[in-house]
Amino acid sequence: MTPIIRVDHLRHVYSAGTPFEKVAIDDIDLAIPAGQFVGIIGHTGSGKSTFIQHLNGLLAPSSGTVLFDGEDIHRSKAATRDVRFQVGLVFQYPEHQLFEETVYQDIAFGPKNARLSTEEVDARVREAARFAGVDESLFERSPLELSGGQKRRIAIAGVIAMRPKVLILDEPTAGLDPAGCRGVLENIAAYRRETGSAVLLVTHSMDDAARIADRLIVFHAGHVAFDGAPAEVFAHTQELLDIGLDVPQAARIAQALRDRGIPLPPSIYTLEQLTDALLAAGKEAGVC
Amino acid sequence: MLKDVTLGQFFPGSSIVHRLDPRCKLLLTIVYIAALFTAKSYVSYAVMLIITGVCIALSRIPLKVILRGLKPLWIIIALTAVLNIFFTPGRELVSFWKITITCEGLIRAVFMVLRITMLIAGTFLLTYTTSPIALTDAMEILFGPLKKLKVPVHEMSMMMSMALRFIPTLIEETDKIMSAQKARGADFETGNLFQRARALLPLLVPLFVSAFRRADELAVAMECRCYHGDEGRTRMKQLTWCTRDTLAMVWSALVLAGVIVLARFGL
Repeated sequence: MTPIIRVDHLRHVYSAGTPFEKVAIDDIDLAIPAGQFVGIIGHTGSGKSTFIQHLNGLLAPSSGTVLFDGEDIHRSKAATRDVRFQVGLVFQYPEHQLFEETVYQDIAFGPKNARLSTEEVDARVREAARFAGVDESLFERSPLELSGGQKRRIAIAGVIAMRPKVLILDEPTAGLDPAGCRGVLENIAAYRRETGSAVLLVTHSMDDAARIADRLIVFHAGHVAFDGAPAEVFAHTQELLDIGLDVPQAARIAQALRDRGIPLPPSIYTLEQLTDALLAAGKEAGVC
Repeated sequence: MLKDVTLGQFFPGSSIVHRLDPRCKLLLTIVYIAALFTAKSYVSYAVMLIITGVCIALSRIPLKVILRGLKPLWIIIALTAVLNIFFTPGRELVSFWKITITCEGLIRAVFMVLRITMLIAGTFLLTYTTSPIALTDAMEILFGPLKKLKVPVHEMSMMMSMALRFIPTLIEETDKIMSAQKARGADFETGNLFQRARALLPLLVPLFVSAFRRADELAVAMECRCYHGDEGRTRMKQLTWCTRDTLAMVWSALVLAGVIVLARFGL
C-alpha cells in the first residue's frame, strides 16, 4: 500500500545564498501510512516545524520530494493548493488566526475555499464542531470574544472541517490547562478513530506522546534522530536525555534506578510498565 | 518573502560615519538635502556627487547595499526622467509623431535623476549607519525646545522608536497568519483586484487583533516598570558631542556655502 505521505531526501535551506543561510532540515526520508498516529518530538529549532510545513506545500523543498498519495505535491500550482485541503495543518496558537464575524463562518472558511456546496459546508461545519468539542450554541457568537480554550477548539475545527486525510497539529495543547489539554487530545484521537485519518502531533510533552502515539519521530539538528514505536524510542532514554530532550517520567525514574544498579528492562515509559517491572525485579531479588 | 523588506535597515559598524553623533548626522543630512536642492548645474552637481561618494566610502557600507535600497523607488525615478525628457521646452533634438525630445530636457532629466538618487542614497546612509534608537533619541533632543510650546516631543519619539521596534515583529506575525490561512485554502495570489482585496481580510483582521493585544501587553509591561513619561527620565546611553562632530558640521556648512555661491554664478 502506498503511504499517504512520503518524503524523499527532503532538504530545506533558509535564506540560501546570503550570509544568513541556514540548513533547517537535511536528507529526511520518511513514510507515513494512512491512519497512523505519529508523535513528532524535537527542540525548538530542530527542524520539526519546517518539516511539517513541507507536508502541505506551504514550504517548497530546496531539494527532495514530498509525495501525497504517491504523487508529487509540487507537480502543479493547482495540485499544491488541492493538497492543502487533504493535509490539514493546525499551527501553534491557532486562535490567533480567527477572523470571521461568527464562529460558524470561521469554521466554514476552509470548506468554502474548497468550493463545496452550501449544504456540504454546513454538514462539514457541524461535524467539525462536534469533533473539536465546539458547542453549536456558540455558532452565532464572535470568535474573538470567547475564552482562550474555546478559541483553540474553534481554530482546530476550522481545519478539521476540510476533512483532511492527514491532520497535523503543532503543539495544540500549548498554554491550555490540564483539563483543556486532555480534552483536545481526546478530540483528536476521536477524529482519527472515526475517520481513519493519519495524525501528526508535534509536542513537547513526552508523557502525551508516549500515551497516545503509535510511532514517535525525534528530530535533532535537522535530522531524524530516532524513529519507531514509543517503546523502541524510549529504550534510548540516555541518548534522548543527552541531546537535551525530556523523556516520560516513568522512563526517567527507570533510568535513574538502572544507574543505581537495579536491573530493569530497557523499554519502560509508562507508570504501569514501571510498576510491573519493579515488582518483577523485587521478586527476583527476594524482597517482595 | 516579506522578510526581504530592507528599506532603511540599520547596518551595524564602526566606521567614522557610524561613530558620529546621531544629532550631528541628522543635521548633516538636512544640510546635505538643502545643498542638493541648491545645486544648479554641472560643477555643483559634481561637487555633490563627490561628497556623496566620499561619505558612502567612509561609511564602509557596500555600494551594492545602497543601490538595493534604491530598487523599490526606481519607478518614481524613471517617471521623473521620462516626464523631464518629454515635457521640457527647448532646442529640438529628436522629433517623431507628437513627441519631441529636447536637448534641455535630456540634461534636466539627468540632473533630476541624479538629484533623487543622491537624495535617497544620502538619507539611507543616515538610517544605514544609525540605529533607530539613536536616531529617535537625537530627534527628541533636537526638537527638545518645542517642549516649551507643549509639543509632546518625548511621547512622539517614544512612539516612533516603538513603531520601528515592532516592524519586524509585525512582519513575522503577518507571515505566520498568512501561512495559517493558506493552510485553510486561502488564496492571496490570484484573482482580480477586488478579489485580492477581499482575500486580505483573513489576514488583516487577525493582524489588527494581535497588534492591539501587543499594545495592551506592552503598556502593562511599561507601567509595571513605572514608566511615567518624560519627567525625570534619564538615559542609559548618553549622547556626547565630540570635536569630530563639530568639524563635520563646519565642513558641511562650508560645502553648503560653496554650493550656494556656485549656484549664484549658475555653475
